Amino acid sequence: MSTPRASGYFRTRYEHDQALLDTRAQKAWLAAFCIALAAFPFVAGAFALDLANQVLLMSIGAIALMLLTGYAGQISLGHAGLLAAGAFTTGILFKEAGASFWVTLPSSAAVGALIGLVFGLPSLRLRGLYLAMSTLALHFLVVQAGQEYETRRGHSTGVLIDPPSLGGWVMNDPRAWYFVLLAASIATLLFSLNLLRGRTGRAWRAIHGREAVAAALGIDVRAAKLSAFVVSCTLTAVAGCLFAYYRGFVSAEAFSLFVAIQYVAAIIIGGIGSILGAVLGTVFVVLFPYGIEALMSALGLSERLSSVVFAVNYAAFGLVMILFLVFEPQGLVGIWRRVQAWFLLWPFKQKPVGK
Amino acid sequence: MQLAVNIAVLAAIYALIACGYVLIYRVSRVLSLAHGELMMLGAYGLAATASLFAGNPLVAIAASAVLALAVGFLVYGLLMWRMTGESVLAAVLATIALGILLRGAMILAFGTQTQYPLQQLGWANASIAIGGARISGAGLVLVAGTALVYGALFLFLHASRWGIRMRAAGQNPLLAAQRGIRLHGVYALAWGLATFTGGMAGMLIACDAGIEATLVTIGLKAFPAALVGGLDSLLGALVGAWIVAGAEVLIIQYVDPLLSDVVPFFVLLAMLVIRPWGLFGTCEELDRV
Repeated sequence: MSTPRASGYFRTRYEHDQALLDTRAQKAWLAAFCIALAAFPFVAGAFALDLANQVLLMSIGAIALMLLTGYAGQISLGHAGLLAAGAFTTGILFKEAGASFWVTLPSSAAVGALIGLVFGLPSLRLRGLYLAMSTLALHFLVVQAGQEYETRRGHSTGVLIDPPSLGGWVMNDPRAWYFVLLAASIATLLFSLNLLRGRTGRAWRAIHGREAVAAALGIDVRAAKLSAFVVSCTLTAVAGCLFAYYRGFVSAEAFSLFVAIQYVAAIIIGGIGSILGAVLGTVFVVLFPYGIEALMSALGLSERLSSVVFAVNYAAFGLVMILFLVFEPQGLVGIWRRVQAWFLLWPFKQKPVGK
Repeated sequence: MQLAVNIAVLAAIYALIACGYVLIYRVSRVLSLAHGELMMLGAYGLAATASLFAGNPLVAIAASAVLALAVGFLVYGLLMWRMTGESVLAAVLATIALGILLRGAMILAFGTQTQYPLQQLGWANASIAIGGARISGAGLVLVAGTALVYGALFLFLHASRWGIRMRAAGQNPLLAAQRGIRLHGVYALAWGLATFTGGMAGMLIACDAGIEATLVTIGLKAFPAALVGGLDSLLGALVGAWIVAGAEVLIIQYVDPLLSDVVPFFVLLAMLVIRPWGLFGTCEELDRV
């Protein structure tokens, strides 16, 4: 997957090159991290738990967007529209047919795949900016369709959804949600990593590099593009379905253009072209407004600016995004790698060759 | 008749905004998604100068126009010049980020209340009758102003030194730079002019309907007009504005007023499927991410 980082460790077989984890130290760290994740809900308070759930929820969509934009190189500004598609599929099926979780989740995925196909079709002819614009247009169309449903059916403030139930047990405990979302997020993560090290992921990276060369290498460019869109959109729609259940509420207001921008910001801030980046970026984007709020109350500004907290958030968010774009295009992952390299090379300071 | 007048006013709005998108795209191949916010900033600029120079509205208008031009130069000088030569995605995202930043900053600076700069200038928005249809005074000025701006831009781009430099830089930046054209100067001028025209559109809309958050949406809805006509053609922007405005007004009239926000994007998608480079645009190979 990546370059070997430990001394005395050499890859001698192809399996080593494909392995998700290289060394024993990495495995040990991962195990420790997993234990920490599992123990988290029993230690954390209600607020921290909600934050963690938000991070996990958003990480699914961010990883999906990273597959599409970071690896396959297709811009999408419409991922909030896909979340909306998943959420509204769930909401509509629940309201109109009383469908259970086991029906709405696969239907959301199916709708996501279908929309992915529709989103993807313009990509066969369009590139770069034009593609970004077509996804942006689709975002507006999908959200408008949801809004139309709301007004037509008289749910003008939004569609209420009961929490999913298994047998007689109703899932409304945040701790239970934490584990469900954690499982979903980890499943997405493993699925994506697995795709990326296989044939599909290599094809995506090839079309990102240069389409003509990819085609010359025997890659079906159309199929690769469409598969990137379908996979990414399906995952995002599933995230939308989970979002609907977690909030217990679907409304077109929740899927504004700002949400789409947040997702794009997450992968930019995290670092394009890295799954770790998608996760780091998600953590950053979710925690950022709360950080701003804490900072404001620490400065004693919160009373004076309490009515415009969201404006401060907007401004600060835009500023941070600009700073990352200008000064750290590699994102948080770039910083993380530099820190790693510093420790690896210590006491020497030169940059590693080829970076 | 009333329908035709409505279409004309809306088309003038879209055309005036769209020429900003076209100017920036044509010269620097960057799409500015902060245009709606810059427009709104222009409108707030007018409100601010109107209260500053209370009593002489003409000075206020001139001051706000200069302000809009200066903001455009500032945007390029502080942010966008760093994005020259970066990937398309990075530049577009930078403008998106700038848009969010501006939106937050404007709420902080000016509040969320709807403002009416026309009243602050001390004028009233009279309604004028033309052959059985009614048009507001600001709407009439808008149509005239758009015609004026387009005429001036055509003259500027084809007859003046700086206009020819701008077209050269848009056609081939490398060759233009080798001929001694200062690209940063040309790009900054494009941003300045685009913000100026956008700011004018913002001011005129604000005079007609007041400054609200929907101004940004109008800015975004004008983008399809630019694309339908072809992102690098001014004439195209004019034609595209008519098409989009016509479709929007007719659908509001005969189908469903709720659809008004999506009609332009529907037109955009249709155009992208049929002829992605627009009616008058040049067919080009676009960059990857």
